[in-house]
Amino acid sequence: MGWAIALHGGAGDIPLSLPAERRTPREAALRHCLDLGVAALKANRPPLDVVELVVRELENSPCFNAGKGSVLTTNGTVEMEACIMDGNTKKCGAVSGLSTVVNAISLARLVMERTPHIYLAFDGAEAFAREQGVETAHSSHFITPENVERLKNAKEARRVQIDYTQSIKGAEVSATGKGESIIQATVARDVAALMEYKGLSLKEAAAYVVERTPKGMFRACATEDGYTEIGIWPSGINGDLEYPNK
Amino acid sequence: MGGWAIAVHGGAGVDPKLPEERQEEARRVLRRCLGVGAAGLRAGLSAVDVVEMVVRELETDPVFNSGRGSALTQEGTVEMEASIMDGRGRRCGAVSGLTTVKNPVSLARLVMDRSPHSYLAFHGAEDFARAQGVEVVDNSYFITDENVRMLKLAKEANSIMYDYRVPIPSADTCSASSTITDGGLHMNGLPISIYAPETVGCVAVDNGGWCAAATSTGGLMNKMSGRIGDSPLIGSGTYACGACAVSCTGEGEAIIRSTLARDVAALMEYKGLGLQEAVDYALKERLDEGKAGLIAVSRNGEVAYGFNTVGMFRGCATEDGFMDVAIW
Repeated sequence: MGWAIALHGGAGDIPLSLPAERRTPREAALRHCLDLGVAALKANRPPLDVVELVVRELENSPCFNAGKGSVLTTNGTVEMEACIMDGNTKKCGAVSGLSTVVNAISLARLVMERTPHIYLAFDGAEAFAREQGVETAHSSHFITPENVERLKNAKEARRVQIDYTQSIKGAEVSATGKGESIIQATVARDVAALMEYKGLSLKEAAAYVVERTPKGMFRACATEDGYTEIGIWPSGINGDLEYPNK
Repeated sequence: MGGWAIAVHGGAGVDPKLPEERQEEARRVLRRCLGVGAAGLRAGLSAVDVVEMVVRELETDPVFNSGRGSALTQEGTVEMEASIMDGRGRRCGAVSGLTTVKNPVSLARLVMDRSPHSYLAFHGAEDFARAQGVEVVDNSYFITDENVRMLKLAKEANSIMYDYRVPIPSADTCSASSTITDGGLHMNGLPISIYAPETVGCVAVDNGGWCAAATSTGGLMNKMSGRIGDSPLIGSGTYACGACAVSCTGEGEAIIRSTLARDVAALMEYKGLGLQEAVDYALKERLDEGKAGLIAVSRNGEVAYGFNTVGMFRGCATEDGFMDVAIW
């Protein structure tokens, strides 16, 4: 028993040839966020607080598709969404269609704690954000040159950029990859359902659900007994970093 | 076993003192829509076509809380949402925040069939509607006098319709408590019917054994603008796969946090339960204090329903001639 934490920064066809200048900042960000989460757990902060603060850090980092660094809509704007769930109470909160809120995950938490609803979106969510006095910023805060370039390429290729959705749920399961396939397969719930109804272990359940392993996933994990891992590709490939004792 | 089957619902949580003429009106609509669906299945239409067609009928009729007759936001406007799922391939489509689209379930279908995404909402969904050329009307089309009256009552009671029964200790909201007084279920001192929980839905299994589900609603009376409930959320209000199709109704929060529709299917797939067993288990074990109901069909031509509320407007029919429309 004891505490454990895992976080991700997106799954997909991450090429092994990812250049150092794109790889290093992401690994550093994962390390930084993991450290924050571990420190909070060691200080006995409740899991709900921990996931919120870790995701806030990930949102503030321009390396990942959340908050600052979010990918762009076809109109070149940012529309952000997030959700949070407390495994103890099973309460949850979600937001979609945010364009000015610096930390979507925190607004999702406020929906959960301060409204009679679970999910607010677009204008209604933005209005709630102002009522709650959360930090907002102009779109320029969120839009990075990298993503402007990505959108341009996607438009030129006349295709929809495969959407690496980040849906963050409480202290349990968070799925990432192609958004639509995650929705239809209710991936996050399925991991829990397999454990509850079929008696699988967490590891077995996760493996069962991920039918088509993408080539990589930016991730970081740690457990109380000292295990730490920061990785991009399947373990052991191309210099993934592992720290068995921290 | 085998053959087609269909079920429809018009919402769980009925005021036990609902006047007889309202009950008769509801049964009439359910019977008519069920008949439309059964005829479609008999004629060999696919389950996904049938559920869309039936929910369109339910949306167009002002009796229940979807399309015309939708509950009103705290601003007195209508914001509608819907979802549809085809068990064949587990394709899905959903929409939220619609204000001018005459048939939300059909837009959800178009999201599924003609967009690269599964879910569109608010301005983006309205833009998509125009790009697809679906029928649009002024927001006032959806607003009925009865719901204007209900909203006024809800505001006068100074209540916000809670998604769940536990009151929040917060400065700017009132505590809600539901009590049973003289046999009528009340919340914040008003009969529950004022809050218009009558989401609509349809599930069907066709001659090929394929299942599909669709759900549509105007949401909660006096809700915050931008509020999304369980109806458009795949896995919560709606789910369909190879084994079964499910549509839920009731307390949005309870349905969302328990992923109710998905759970019925998961119980069949992972725990090997039969359809009715899975329905009963999900309602009993997964809702905690929540109140909800659901309808379901299986690939074997079975139909099932359950609810832990006082009443659920519903109808079922199977190929062998069975047909039933009921409220209690």
